Amino acid sequence: MILNMGPQHPSTHGVLRVLLEIDGETVVRMMPDIGYLHTGIEKTCEAKFYQQVVPLTDRIDYLCPLTNNLCYCLAVEKLLGLEIPAKAQWMRVLLNELTRINSHLVWLGTHALDIGAMTVFLYCFREREEILKLFEMVSGQRMMTSYFRIGGLALEPPLGFFDRVRHFAGYFPERVDEYENLLTSNPIWMMRTKGVARISAEDCLALGGTGPTLRGSGVDFDLRRDMPYSSYEKFQFRVPVSQDGDVYARYMCRVQELRESIGIVRQALDGMPEGPVKADAPGIVLPDREKMKTQMESLIYHFKIITEGFAVPAGEVYQAVESPRGEMGYYVVSDGTSKPYRVHMRGACFANLQTLPTMCEGKLLADVVAAIGSIDIVLGEIDR
Amino acid sequence: MPMAPPITDLEQLKNHPAIARLLAWNPQVVEGVKFDRDEMSIIVERSAIREACALLKEDSVCPFNAFSDLTCVDWYPSEPRFELVYHLLSIPNKGRVRLKVKLNSSSPAVESITSIWPGANYFEREVFDLFGIRFTGHPYLRRILMPEDWEGHPLRKDYPVEGYR
Repeated sequence: MILNMGPQHPSTHGVLRVLLEIDGETVVRMMPDIGYLHTGIEKTCEAKFYQQVVPLTDRIDYLCPLTNNLCYCLAVEKLLGLEIPAKAQWMRVLLNELTRINSHLVWLGTHALDIGAMTVFLYCFREREEILKLFEMVSGQRMMTSYFRIGGLALEPPLGFFDRVRHFAGYFPERVDEYENLLTSNPIWMMRTKGVARISAEDCLALGGTGPTLRGSGVDFDLRRDMPYSSYEKFQFRVPVSQDGDVYARYMCRVQELRESIGIVRQALDGMPEGPVKADAPGIVLPDREKMKTQMESLIYHFKIITEGFAVPAGEVYQAVESPRGEMGYYVVSDGTSKPYRVHMRGACFANLQTLPTMCEGKLLADVVAAIGSIDIVLGEIDR
Repeated sequence: MPMAPPITDLEQLKNHPAIARLLAWNPQVVEGVKFDRDEMSIIVERSAIREACALLKEDSVCPFNAFSDLTCVDWYPSEPRFELVYHLLSIPNKGRVRLKVKLNSSSPAVESITSIWPGANYFEREVFDLFGIRFTGHPYLRRILMPEDWEGHPLRKDYPVEGYR
């Protein structure tokens, strides 16, 4: 029998359609069907100036906008050969780790809700609210932040921001204990997740799995540690790996990542360097508002950047960052003009989704929901 | 900060593990190399891409064991028009390499690498969908993002971006 699941289904986390060929309660074949959210962002990028692409990158993945901002900015900065001030790099790390916590909290809440644990959802969204308020403080937006710019940050972080982050970092580990108390050794949770949707390291690697999906199968690889960017090499953190390759292993990886991320946030707060948050590159970085009103040159630069953009030397760059879901990569090709010739986004979920049939085929239909939740997909990023 | 100019001389770059491996196999398949902004690109002869990927994956010194990305760039109206871009990742050596294949505009087709990396499946379907490049030997080459009955390939540079269809 063929069973159609989605595209409107509460457990598919968006508009994923899955075709299931079932024999009784067993899944014989599984075919994910995507494209319901395709908006042509890659084509849109070709018509925009380099700096105008930054807000588009938010829209790919609504759970980790800052990771996408960072990856795109790093790619263009690499094309330009720009040096970014230390404070901007550390702020980027701090905000990226908050984004990771934010994304993992939504994942944990919705994944637990799918499997039937209602309470965790409410707990997770309580902490997520505080992170969104922090994002609002720096960027004025809760979700579509666009806070990073090519060459640094949009603005200095506001007064009181660091104190508030420190307060959050102070109580957050206890909250992780709370989630773990509810789930980690809960017999119902373990029955629902242990040994479910298992995938081996070889299969996962061959199918393009990255991030916690791959680390849950025992491959110890994290771009932050192994190919560091934006001064991640200056931070000490552990990369959680589990060997079992099941839903529970992926859950454990992500929950431990929550603790590691808050550790990185604390290190960033303690060691935050002083100095500017924008690179010294007139013609690429917008001048300060005050200078623009008092200095002729700044006004001219501002006018030129807004009206005609800035030319980027011809070339191509592939930049990857560790997003909460895995390897997020931007491939940017420049032909020497002020608009990108081609922007390609390598979505982590796009590749991770391919591991799903291997996890589910031959298993029970009821576990499909747990499997979909465990790879943490965001359809906006898959369809772009 | 002034950037170092790209290196395109094969002699200077032949010690890179991926290039050395391909040259040892068949010097004819390496059509060009470029080292620019710390990234290595190798232009591979069209018919050799599948075997080149298989070789690099199984290499004992520097295995590029993970497939990261596949996409395409349309250089319309110049010829060869399409440039397929493969990004391979070596997890043990923490390095990347970029393979490129150039294709002409008349019925562009290339061998599929899904037999080496099943994970290339969706990526090849995406390139087929948005650029109209055929991958021979692909198990299920159908549109993935656009509707089944869509006409044209939206990421081609000659695809109209405004007006009525």
